[in-house]
Amino acid sequence: MSESPSAQNGQTAAGESPQSHGREHAQDAQSQERFETRQEVVIKFAGDSGDGMQLTGGQFTNSTALAGHDLATFPDFPAEIRAPVGTLAGVSGFQINFASRPVYTPGDRCDVLVAMNAAALKANLESLEPGGQLILNRDGFDAKNLRLAGYDENPLEGDGLQGYVRHEMDVTRLTRECLKDYELGTKEKDRCKNMFVLGFLYWMYDRPLEPTLDFLDRKFQKLPEVKAANQAVLHAGYAYGDTTETFSTRYRVPKAELEPGTYRSITGNEATGLGLLAASRKSRLPMFLGSYPITPASDILHQLSGFKRFGVRTFQAEDEIAAISAAIGAAFGGHLAVTTTSGPGMALKGEALGLAMMLELPLVVINIQRAGPSTGMPTKTEQADLMQALYGRNGECPMPVLAIHSPSDAFETAYEACRIAVEHMTPVILLSDGYIANGAEPWRFPSAAAMPSIQPRFADPAKLEKAINEDGQFLPYARDERLVRAWAVPGVPDLEHRIGGLEKQADTGNVSYDPDNHENMVKTRAAKIDRIPVADLEIDLGPEEGDVLILGWGSTYGTCRATVRDLLGEGLAVAHAHLRHIRPFPANLGDLMARFRRVIVPEINDGQLVHLIRDRFLIDAVPFNRIKGTPIRKEELAAAVKALIPAAANA
Amino acid sequence: MSDTSTVQLTAKDFATDQDVRWCPGCGDYSILKQVQSVLPGIGIPRERIAVISGIGCSSRFPYYVNSYGMHSIHGRAPAIVTGLKATRPELSIWVVTGDGDGLSIGGNHLIHLLRRNVNCNLLLFNNQIYGLTKGQYSPTSEAGKVAKSTPLGSVDHPFNPAALALGADASFVARAMDRDPKHLQAMLRRSNDHHGTSFLEIYQNCNIFNDGAFFIFTDKDTKPQHTVFVEQGQPLVFGAQREYALKLDGFKPVPFKHGAEGSLDEAWVHDESDPIKATILARMFDDPRNEGALPRPFGVFFAQTRETYEDALNAQLAAAMNLEGPAHLPTGPGMAFAGGGTGPQKADTADAAPAFLPPELEAELDAELDRTIAGKDTWTVQ
Repeated sequence: MSESPSAQNGQTAAGESPQSHGREHAQDAQSQERFETRQEVVIKFAGDSGDGMQLTGGQFTNSTALAGHDLATFPDFPAEIRAPVGTLAGVSGFQINFASRPVYTPGDRCDVLVAMNAAALKANLESLEPGGQLILNRDGFDAKNLRLAGYDENPLEGDGLQGYVRHEMDVTRLTRECLKDYELGTKEKDRCKNMFVLGFLYWMYDRPLEPTLDFLDRKFQKLPEVKAANQAVLHAGYAYGDTTETFSTRYRVPKAELEPGTYRSITGNEATGLGLLAASRKSRLPMFLGSYPITPASDILHQLSGFKRFGVRTFQAEDEIAAISAAIGAAFGGHLAVTTTSGPGMALKGEALGLAMMLELPLVVINIQRAGPSTGMPTKTEQADLMQALYGRNGECPMPVLAIHSPSDAFETAYEACRIAVEHMTPVILLSDGYIANGAEPWRFPSAAAMPSIQPRFADPAKLEKAINEDGQFLPYARDERLVRAWAVPGVPDLEHRIGGLEKQADTGNVSYDPDNHENMVKTRAAKIDRIPVADLEIDLGPEEGDVLILGWGSTYGTCRATVRDLLGEGLAVAHAHLRHIRPFPANLGDLMARFRRVIVPEINDGQLVHLIRDRFLIDAVPFNRIKGTPIRKEELAAAVKALIPAAANA
Repeated sequence: MSDTSTVQLTAKDFATDQDVRWCPGCGDYSILKQVQSVLPGIGIPRERIAVISGIGCSSRFPYYVNSYGMHSIHGRAPAIVTGLKATRPELSIWVVTGDGDGLSIGGNHLIHLLRRNVNCNLLLFNNQIYGLTKGQYSPTSEAGKVAKSTPLGSVDHPFNPAALALGADASFVARAMDRDPKHLQAMLRRSNDHHGTSFLEIYQNCNIFNDGAFFIFTDKDTKPQHTVFVEQGQPLVFGAQREYALKLDGFKPVPFKHGAEGSLDEAWVHDESDPIKATILARMFDDPRNEGALPRPFGVFFAQTRETYEDALNAQLAAAMNLEGPAHLPTGPGMAFAGGGTGPQKADTADAAPAFLPPELEAELDAELDRTIAGKDTWTVQ
């Protein structure tokens, strides 16, 4: 079964190998194939959580990126590792939007829905565009699957799917048939069936098989039979498209006009980890990560644990508190200290965050937000931890807060968080979320040399200047003009000092209960944070002044931008700006907002940034909130923006 | 710049300018004094000692020791130490905790520190009461303890700290008391000499809220009868005239009057390397007021050489970086000033790790960083 698909294909043009179908002509009369050109396509893969939909989606993404399209993805999976097979709870989905123009979101709805079983169809049919294509695994619609999905009648037999283009195939049976000569059990054979669907889609979208064949080579290096089986089924899926006359239409999407440069596909979590690594290298500070496994942050722990060749130490702690505490210990020791978590873990870290802030040690705390409160919906996305990041500690405990807005933005923002922490001797909270963490997009990656420098200021016993008293004693809390103290690490003679969570006297750091000193220290620590220089906020898309400004933060970036692109196309005076720095705010934020008649703040929460904006700037900013565990749809946001423009609302 | 590694220090060099603010008569004073007496003799320069504590009376300790120190948050010192020691293995780290800090709010971190065997000396000041919060019962208070929050007596069963430590696979377990300075100093030295987590429980009198909790073990009238000081290779003997010994009947310790009731040759000879016998020692935990109570053991119950967490971690790192060994791992630019501010690349005192890697290795890692950022599959848009 290792022959190329064309060799099994007696009906179509002979000699067509997968490598050679980069045809330019739009029609191939001999094979009755037509190529239709599409500018933008959204495909959703849906199946049981054991069906390998995430892997299938990941491979299709890689192939899409290599084909030169812009893209965005949205993996959507259950928290249960193996929910009961065939049930709605067990449905795992992966959506990809790819296009010849810039792509900002994974798409509100899909054009193509792949449903591996009845539950996958039931859970996702409403997101399929009218007239969209359905690729259905008929074997997933037997009596048991229908019962588990809650279908009284087989949807493949009734009228319910009229209005969609249906491609039904017996994926399970065809996979088993393809593998009949392989020495594998039925279960193992069935695990290859996602490759059949992937092969078929590669045929449908005119993609080469090589990147996935190479991937399978690497993944199953030690299991040659499994590797060969997966590759054979991938070929078979491709050949199935080629040989079956039912499917006569194939699609081509022209290459996107991307900025010149070298690209790779990247997820938010991967880019975050790389940003931390780059900061460690650039600053020459060895990195220490303290982390406790939690969805959706664990992948950063996994990734960094593989960076030992860079001197990165990772510590899987006994709990969230130990994870941040160990990081504080490493920061005291002079290392780049990081801890990663998600909302519930952030709640546990609260007291230690206060300690890090009192100690004035650098620490990067990354919260990959998920739907809360409490355990909430671990695999669903949300932006509801902003107030927690800003205020979720006892006492007056200010710290910088930054937010990542997309997978490709994560590298730079994580790097910036490290730079601020190290140069300003403060814990920094970096917010990401599940949607950014697992979503992927093309990334024009920078070279490390092009990144700005990171310059920690360590106490030098030979040049203590003001940081020394008349007795020659080191003053650990003496500050420079930025109000930043020097970093003095154990091991350096003459800098011996004690730090702690008790209020400290200015300069000496000795314990102090003096009332004026306390007020002074509270104000000084806040001023230190608010003086951190932050780049001015710029309009991301749209005019510099107009009717409505969409002011976003975090993962709503793509939706905001895509909405503005559409509305500009309708001739509306709307613009989009997106905050990376939430504390301190960019200095020009008030002026920028004042150039628009209205400001709308879309958030995947019940209104958090909007409160800050209203409080701080005394403007009637409009909240726009969805709290469904999924990204905001641009059609909904567009409607809300239009409602703020009298002319558009009346039209 | 002082070169503390060659100057002989005294206890005074380890005192700070801060007033010690424990209650007059507190057992903590004695422990502080013994620590300050022992530190000059352990052969480690002052700047390479770090005292890390949590919250509680005992946790004020770092403020009174002139070295690097951190008074952190309640119960978390073992976790902070794990991060500090992992990154700075050359430091001598002393963890100061109490029965509330270490066994109640920080119990989880304590057991994980012990199982990981991070090389540090953990001094658990056990006074069987909450002092700083003014007199509630603690996880080591005896059942029935009448305290601020237990007017009818505590219904909690107490921890046996030594047994807990052994249960968590501690590689070194010892017990001392505030009122036997000489023995305490010896135990501090043994703790320092052990490579791994040294768990030293110190019976400490809180003369305000739990005065006399350990008097039966510390008063010279009752001490001989109620304590047994174990020493490697020596029989377990006790009593005013050292006339009693302990022998093992199976796993059961049995006291006898040697000479009269049997030969001293029958006595249980202490072996620190035996985890079973160490457990029996830890379980000799009778209420001393009860008739026939076994004497309470003091000394090193158990000492075992086992790889430490940071040694294992740093060996992995050094191998991954193709370095000759963990001693070649860079400590980072903060340590470039360890030589007295003469700039980067200056080494610390002879036996410490370098601040940076050699330039050619740094350059190689920068190139590897670019390759890692690029990943396996890239494409170029012209």
